[in-house]
Amino acid sequence: MPLLRVWKRRGVFFSDMIDESLRELYQEVILDHSKHPRHFGPLDHATHNADGLNPLCGDRITVHLNLDAEGRIADIAFEGKGCAISQASASLMTDMLKGRSTAEAEKLMNGFLHLVKGEEGVTGLADDDLEILLVMAGVSAFPMRVKCATLAWHTMKSALEGSGAPAKSE
Amino acid sequence: MSFVPPLSDFSILSKPVNGRRLAYLDSAASAQKPKFVLDAMTEFATSEFANVHRGVHRLAAAATQRYEEARVAVQQFLNAKHSDEIIFTKGGTEALNLVSYAFLSPRISAGDEIVLTKMEHHSNIVPWHFMRERKRAVLKWVELREDGSINPSAVAAQITPKTKLLAITHMSNVLGTVNPLKEIIQIAHAKGVPVVVDGCQGAVHEKVDVQDLDADFYAFTGHKLYGPTGIGALYGKRAHLKTMRPFNGGGEMIAEVTEDKVTYAEPPHRFEAGTPPIIEAVGLAAAIKYLKGFDRAAIKAHELELYQYARKEIGRFKWVRVIGEAEDKGAILSFETTGMHAHDVATILDGEGVAVRAGHHCAQVLMERFGVASTTRASFGLYNTREDVDALIAGLEKARSILL
Repeated sequence: MPLLRVWKRRGVFFSDMIDESLRELYQEVILDHSKHPRHFGPLDHATHNADGLNPLCGDRITVHLNLDAEGRIADIAFEGKGCAISQASASLMTDMLKGRSTAEAEKLMNGFLHLVKGEEGVTGLADDDLEILLVMAGVSAFPMRVKCATLAWHTMKSALEGSGAPAKSE
Repeated sequence: MSFVPPLSDFSILSKPVNGRRLAYLDSAASAQKPKFVLDAMTEFATSEFANVHRGVHRLAAAATQRYEEARVAVQQFLNAKHSDEIIFTKGGTEALNLVSYAFLSPRISAGDEIVLTKMEHHSNIVPWHFMRERKRAVLKWVELREDGSINPSAVAAQITPKTKLLAITHMSNVLGTVNPLKEIIQIAHAKGVPVVVDGCQGAVHEKVDVQDLDADFYAFTGHKLYGPTGIGALYGKRAHLKTMRPFNGGGEMIAEVTEDKVTYAEPPHRFEAGTPPIIEAVGLAAAIKYLKGFDRAAIKAHELELYQYARKEIGRFKWVRVIGEAEDKGAILSFETTGMHAHDVATILDGEGVAVRAGHHCAQVLMERFGVASTTRASFGLYNTREDVDALIAGLEKARSILL
């Protein structure tokens, strides 16, 4: 599958490749999400909230969730400021998770973490989901930026767990 | 230009990064090390190394001598009156924490005040927050002018009869501002307030004379001074050090230990518990010696020329806002880029071989003051060239084309 080709190329740093890696990292979809984030703002009647902090850069985000009686994410939103990667990741995440069960959310998160860390073995994801997540896979070529991509997801998880402690981008 | 950057002393600079020529513009975070320093450390470690101040064997004596010679080298570098006024630490941070714990803590109580400026690095903020947390001291902040400079009368205005210490940086790691230390220290002393100076940047770019400044404490680190990591130094006036309690407890800092009591060594050893960074001390002395081989005023002029060139070039970009334009400033260029986050900019610059720092630079109070979450920072060292600036400017144009 052609999308996986992109993913497997991680960590390759020849001078003629770096440009391509950067263009992939900052591809149209990501820039679009970062400039026009979806589900951005407060959420009325949120049942779960969490703050996330990336101590590396000081970026903060807040994730709001509204879980319905069946434990589905009926609504989701995020607020905060950050780099293109963290904003795009948060925006994509909220797009994906709306309407999902918490179990699905966790599965998607694990798949996402695997992808951005450049690890093998992303299994059990629907092709449609994988395709969306692969947009972020370019991050794996930039280890210093992985935390930017994972911040929103960790914050989402922290909100689901309701621990109240701010999530770290780890 | 009279100063020629000694590029061949720094082999790392000739190694490509991401397939590009490296433009290392992150010396304010840590400077690269010249061969002279690395060789001095290797030479010492392979021919004279042993632990110091213990043992009677020949190598122990040789190592002790080299370690104490390093102390004298630091003494001369700062123009301290006595070599026992120099305490080796693991860096600037530990030096400032030492002042907090061993000097200030016994002298401060609830409601007493510590004055510090909004341009301080976290290493010159958090040790004072400890005093706020543990002793219920009050932190009072000196406001900055819009250009990033400090008005000495603003310092005077924050000092009250309750002030127990003034903590101030010699040179800001974000703004580049060089503070009028001598005048500020005079103001503090006139009101009976001791002054601790964070010299981590200042010691690199400015000539330091602690006697002329009349600083009570002056802290700096080795790794920003073209020396190794893991070593720094604290200058403290002998009269202060003699009255201070120990910092860490352990070997080397004692006079005598029995089951019932312990008595402490005289300064500086009282504050150097455990085996110190011996090889690193030799490396720091070598870095100081290396710098002595140059006209430091010429280095500064060279760095400032690069800064001014970069400032002029970056001034063409309407989407760049430079932070820190004080009249007296060193070669640090911090800026915000409209519509582009500093981390994204730095990632793209890295792809071009340009190493800069992006983020809050461990100076979040300062960031808040200027209403920014993060900036991109290019900082210059003695090995930088106009080519590095050109790479930075071209990289910024590229970032713009990719991100917007």
